[in-house]
Parts: sequence; C-alpha cells; structure tokens
Amino acid sequence: MEGIVTQIQGIPLDHYIIFCSIIFAIGVTGVLIRRNVIIIMMSIELMLNSVNLLLAAFSAYRGDASGQVFVFFVMALAAAEVAVGLAIIIMVYRNTKSVDVEPLSKLRW
Amino acid sequence: MGAIITLSILGIILLYLGLYNAKKALLPVTLVGLVVAIGFYLALWNEAANPIFSGMVVFDHLAITFSILCLVITGLILLLSKEYFRSISENIAEYYTLILFSLVGALLVNCYHNFAMLFIGIEIMSVALYILVGIRKTDIASNEASLKYFLMGAFSTGFLLFGITLMYGASGTFDLAGLRNYVNGVTTVSPLFYGGILLMLCGLCFKIGAAPFHFWTPDVYDGAPILITSFMSTVVKIACFVGFLRLFSTVLVPLDTFWTPVLLTIVIITLFTGNITALMQSSFKRMMAYSSISHAGYMLFAIVAVTINSGSSILVYATAYGLASVIAFGALILVKRRTGSDHFESFNGLAKHDPWLAIVLTVAMLSLAGIPLTAGFIGKFMMFNQAMSAINVTLLVFAAINAAVGVYYYLHVVVNMYFKDPAEEFGKGLDISVNYRVVLTIAALLTIVLGIYPDFILSFL
Repeated sequence: MEGIVTQIQGIPLDHYIIFCSIIFAIGVTGVLIRRNVIIIMMSIELMLNSVNLLLAAFSAYRGDASGQVFVFFVMALAAAEVAVGLAIIIMVYRNTKSVDVEPLSKLRW
Repeated sequence: MGAIITLSILGIILLYLGLYNAKKALLPVTLVGLVVAIGFYLALWNEAANPIFSGMVVFDHLAITFSILCLVITGLILLLSKEYFRSISENIAEYYTLILFSLVGALLVNCYHNFAMLFIGIEIMSVALYILVGIRKTDIASNEASLKYFLMGAFSTGFLLFGITLMYGASGTFDLAGLRNYVNGVTTVSPLFYGGILLMLCGLCFKIGAAPFHFWTPDVYDGAPILITSFMSTVVKIACFVGFLRLFSTVLVPLDTFWTPVLLTIVIITLFTGNITALMQSSFKRMMAYSSISHAGYMLFAIVAVTINSGSSILVYATAYGLASVIAFGALILVKRRTGSDHFESFNGLAKHDPWLAIVLTVAMLSLAGIPLTAGFIGKFMMFNQAMSAINVTLLVFAAINAAVGVYYYLHVVVNMYFKDPAEEFGKGLDISVNYRVVLTIAALLTIVLGIYPDFILSFL
C-alpha cells in the first residue's frame, strides 16, 4: 500500500488535476455532441471515472482514506445507474427500433 | 434514522404484498408506514441536533420539518393513486415500492451532513424516478421522458461529483463542519474550491430545474404519468432545495461575494424563461412544468439572500407550492379521465358540472399565482421581503413583473372553468371518488389556513 502511495505521489498533483479535467471535458463533449445513446452513456461513465481517478489522487496525496471510500460509493452507484439506464435503452429500442436520440423528439415546446 | 429504515423495509414488504396479490392492502400499509415515519421524526424534535453516524447525518429542525413535509405530500399523492395506478399498469406494488425508495433518497438529502450522503441520497432518489417516469413501457412519450431524465440526471451527477471532488481536493474533507472550518480558517481559499462551488452549483441547478439547466424539465414532466410528475415537482424538488440550502447556509456563507452574482444571474434567467414560456403553452401539464421552473426561481431567492430565516421562507413557499401542485395535478387527472386531453380547453365549463372541483382548483391557481389570503402569497411575500433586505430593489422589480405574468397564465384556467361553455359530448358530471374529494379538500383548506394564519407553520423553524 505504501509503495502505491509513493508511486502516486511521484507525479505532481497538478498533472492529475489537468489530466482528469481533460477526461471530464471529453466526457461532457461526448454527451453534448453524440447522438447514439450507448455512446452518451459511455461518455457519462468517462465523466464519473475521471472523478474517481481524481479522488484517488487527492486521497493519496493527503493520506486520507475517505476519498478512496468515496470512490467505492461512486462505483457502486454508477453500476446501479447503468443497470437502470440499459433497461431504459432496451425499452426505447423495442418501441423505436433504434438507439439514437433523434427519433425521440416527440416532446417539444 | 428510524424513519429511513422503516421506509426502506416497508418498500420491500410492499413488493412481497404485490407478489402474494394482496393489492387491497398496499395503500393502507404504505400509509401506516408513512405515519410511523412521521412519528419517528416527531420523536427526534426535542433531541439535541448533533451529527450522528460519524458525522454522516444530522437531524436538526430543518431536516425534521422538511422531512415531515415530504412525507405528508407523499401521503397525499399516494391517496390519489388508488385508481390511477390500476388504470395504467398491472403491477401496482412496484409503484408504491419505487415511490417509497425515492422518498428515502429525499429524506437522506434532507438530513445530510457529509457529501457522501448528499450524493447517495440524490442517486437513490433519481434512480427510482428514472424507472417511475418510464413505467408505461409501450408509451413512446413516457419512454422518451425516461431516457431524457436518465441521461440528464446522470450527466448532472457527473458535475456534482466533480464539484465535490474539487472541494475535497482543496479542503481534505467531505464533512460539512470540516468544510466550514476550512472556509473560515484559511486566509486564501484555494482556486480548486471555487471551481468546486461552480460545478456543484451546476449539478444542483440541474436537479432543481433552474434555467439554463432546465431544458429537460418540461419534456420529462410532460411524458411522465401525472402522479409521478406531481411527486417529482414537489417532493424531489423540495429535497433538492434543502440540499442546496444546507450547503450554502452552513459552508458557503463566507464566500458569498463569489457566488452571489452567479446565482443572481441564474435566478433572473430562471424567472424569465419559466414564466414567459409558460405563457405560450396550450397544455395544462406543460404549463405546470414551466411554472415549476419559475417557482424554483422564486425559491432560489432565499438562497441568494441566505440568512437565518431562509429555512422558514423556503418551508412556507415549499408547503404552499406542494399543496397547490397536488391539487392541480389531482384535478388534471380527473379532467383528463373525462376528456382524454390535458389542454386548457378540457377545463371549459368545469364549474357547471362540478362546482366543488372548480373551487378547489381555483384556490390552487390563486395560491400558485400568489394572490393574498392563500399560502402562495405568504410564501412570495417572505421571499421578496428577504430579497429586499439583502439585495437591491431592481431585482425585486424583475420578480414582481414575473409574478404579474404568472397571474395571467394561472387565471387562464380559472377563466376557462367559469366563463367558457363545455363541449357537448362531455355533458355529464365527473365521477369523483371519496379519496380525491378528501385529499383535494384538505389541501385547499390548508392552503387557505396558511394564507390567513402563517404563524402556524413558521413556529416550527
């Protein structure tokens, strides 16, 4: 465990922050510009995982375990969310025969 | 904590009741569970409000009052559910279970004292709702609403989490007391913390449906079954506001020069988009969705000008808004059952067929519009009063203009009910069950009582 912490601390904290921000931004862009629901879900996972990575880095730098515990919460709830999300996508697919968001524009102002 | 455990177990019991086909027992058992939960909260009232479970949750008066409000509103909504769920699905036990699980999430958000609980509470609340919104499996509108709600909910959770992470990176704790000590203790707050505030603000504004993060609200409210819409626009919204308020009033008050301008902009945009778009709606349900956006704007006033009184202002406003929404959606269910549409024209001539329903709905609309002698007026008055003491008067002028715009579209329904002739084919009266009469009457009476004698609720907080 100590070895991992020193290894994580081998890279400056700023690099983690910039790296995770970039991954998060890629996730956000993916959600905003992609039209395929599966890809949108992958992008959301990317956002959540960048958060996990950053939490682990902060946690190692501060020598505080609560950040890593939080990662487990995020993972568990992300898994629950994906289970429900995939069920919803299957339900939509049965009715529209597609996993695109384009046909889903019945509700508009 | 007893209440949260009771409701979680109750949800599982209800699933078994559904399995053994005890459909008649579902509603009574649920209501008994809700009453027991309220009892647990009342028992906590005189206890010292210290964070428990290693600082995870705190049952102070803010948490207790809002939790009881959520429980009461859920009870009212469930009383309306008796025939409604049966008409849209076979498996009604799942409805009750999912609504209860969602309520558990809302109660957790009400009492959080650690970001882990805020996050878990919001997720429990939302994941159950994703399913509830899409529970009419063959209805495309319901499917679409469910998918949109899911994608937007997960997206906003990402923002919320990134915000939490940045705050953790700056302060090294998820605990609200620890964060407050950090903000008060350091001379210069780390830039990471400011980034965290902005991202959390985005995430929470998504959840409460404040502009410019509101675009999912009308679609989701429109596509979801009506009772689920009423649950989302009352209980869920109220819980998110408590989460908002707790974060800002305990931690972020010293940094108000940073976030006040941001939040003010959000309030102004929210009020204008909500009200002006509501003006252009032809469907009552969509109008209520946009009106819920504008009410989120009014409630944000209390957070912009956060003081010791913010809790009671939000409590009064949320009670008024919750009761009026229950009445409005209950009436919409009855009207839609008769005419099959949720357009304003469906309400034509309602006063002739059923004067009682027309009067009750009028009270609700007046309360939402903020006319004196209703609870909505007291709520708006307290919000504006608070805003005036803290912020400048020009903002108040904006708010007053918006309130005036609101009166127009709420009274549209009232005018249709009293002054338009009904369509011929719906000549006969409505068939309204006792449950509806009791719930809507109670809600209307409470609205008027609160409007005349607001001290009754203010004394709680």
